[in-house]
Amino acid sequence: MQPTPAADNDPLFEAINVSKSFGVFKALRDVSFRVDDGEFVSVVGPNGAGKTTLVNVVSGLLRPTIGEVRFMGRDIAGIGPVELARLGMSRAFQLVNIFPALTVRETLAVAVASRLRRIGNPFRSLRRDDVLQADVERVAEVLGLRARLDAVASALSQGEKKLLDIASAFALNPSVILLDEPTSGVSSGDKHAIMEVLVTAARAAGVRAIVQVEHDMDLVERYSHRIVALQEGTVLADMVPAAFFRDPAMISAVIGTRPKTLGGMH
Amino acid sequence: MSTPAIDVGWGAVVQRVTPRLNGLWVLLGLIAVMALLPCIASPYALMLMLPFIGYGITLLGFNLLFGTTGLLSFGHALFLGVGAYTAAALTSKFGILSFELLLITAALASGLISLVIGALCVRYTRIFFGMLTLAFGMLFHSFLFKFYSVTGGDQGMRVLRPLLLGMEWRGGKTAFLTGPFYYYTLLLFALLGLAMWRITQSPFGLHLRAIRENANKAAYVGVQIFRMRLAAFVISAIYGGIGGTILAVTTGLADPELAYWTHSGNLVFMAVLGGSGTFAGPAIGALVFVLLQDFVMSVTQYWRFVMGAVLVLLVVFMPQGLSGTIEALVRRNGGR
Repeated sequence: MQPTPAADNDPLFEAINVSKSFGVFKALRDVSFRVDDGEFVSVVGPNGAGKTTLVNVVSGLLRPTIGEVRFMGRDIAGIGPVELARLGMSRAFQLVNIFPALTVRETLAVAVASRLRRIGNPFRSLRRDDVLQADVERVAEVLGLRARLDAVASALSQGEKKLLDIASAFALNPSVILLDEPTSGVSSGDKHAIMEVLVTAARAAGVRAIVQVEHDMDLVERYSHRIVALQEGTVLADMVPAAFFRDPAMISAVIGTRPKTLGGMH
Repeated sequence: MSTPAIDVGWGAVVQRVTPRLNGLWVLLGLIAVMALLPCIASPYALMLMLPFIGYGITLLGFNLLFGTTGLLSFGHALFLGVGAYTAAALTSKFGILSFELLLITAALASGLISLVIGALCVRYTRIFFGMLTLAFGMLFHSFLFKFYSVTGGDQGMRVLRPLLLGMEWRGGKTAFLTGPFYYYTLLLFALLGLAMWRITQSPFGLHLRAIRENANKAAYVGVQIFRMRLAAFVISAIYGGIGGTILAVTTGLADPELAYWTHSGNLVFMAVLGGSGTFAGPAIGALVFVLLQDFVMSVTQYWRFVMGAVLVLLVVFMPQGLSGTIEALVRRNGGR
């Protein structure tokens, strides 16, 4: 994935002057945010800055109080998860979110079956659907779960569960993937492995953009093309990683102090 | 040192074969044994098998909702009532005796009623769903009970002997029920079992299981939660309507007790007894329930107490039901 350099293209999706209130609490204030073809955008900010609300709004789960959310030119405010999946935007969650008793194959087949519209006829065979099964295996291959196809999801390791969660988002063949802390709850060694798999898979699957909410600044710096920093519901910064990490004020606003390990890398 | 290799092979075979073939083959095997039963069993025993066929079909449907989709209905006997009263109204009020027409009408009636009730109920899950279905079941029961002029109140309505494939049977009642009617409904049981198996093994069935496992996640991978739950509700109601028709023809009576909430409780009992985690489990539960109830009732007038005690023991010691416990034993022996 590489961002398209020209900014005159229509954005893949955008939020225009979005505000979101919950009662008297203003979670987002006049946030504008766009994502272009080929971009990997990280949304960062301290707890309570409105990151998850922003992702929920741009994914059509929450309707903005004021403002507009467009995905490939369509208004998607409050359309809900099923319609979102159909349009080509899929989500993976902060907490491991699996179908505990389903196998990896079945988990991926759930998403592939909805994409290939296999639900209308309740007597159709799942096992003998070669197109569907081939697609399930392709997704498993790309995400490195091929060897685990017949394992039950609840028996997977924590890292594998995360991968499975992400894989089922990929199984929808989305143009955009939204990730809410894709690597939270896994060991730091696994984090990089998961991100590598994810970025490689996105390239292979023709995913046009990834937006992630992430706390791990190491990962943010390494993989993002652009960083959007939120603070108390407003956009504090929208810049490339190099500029962001050069600005100490920015870093302290977002994470307090910069971890020493990062300094050593330059 | 060579033993472990063999054991691993065994374990692998058990794991591969069990989930695919087990359920359907167990059910069809049971039905095949029942097909041979008229050669050896007494008419009394065969008469006991008829309610089992009715309940077995009902439980196949009930478990699509309970075991597969994860919705526990406490009002499912409502659809037994719909099936029974459809048969009664058609035969004794409209003079329609074709059993095929009774089945189709019962399926349509329970399908339509479940579409309306389901549209209200499946917006809720767990206890809220259970309570709502219970409430609808009670409403329907009191309708049957109070509208004497239409339903015959506590007297119920007579169900006349139907024609099978348009043919009239001239023999006595028992000969009809244990002869042609027995084989007819047994075949129907096998066909509906096969159809249900296809449903559980389809992408549609997979979406239902995904909803049971994690509805929140399912929505994000394109599962239409409301529509799927409603579809499961309607299919299970259609099976209930057909089961109710068979029960009513067997007894010759559509009785409001059929739709009473304790009867819904019996359906739950059967599912738990047989084990809702397997395909054939609930049907086996129906069989064991029918036999057990018959036996206990012949021994003591406190049969409700005994059945209650059985349920308690079951939940405490065999939460997976008979089929789940047997499966676990097979797996354990296979693994070692």
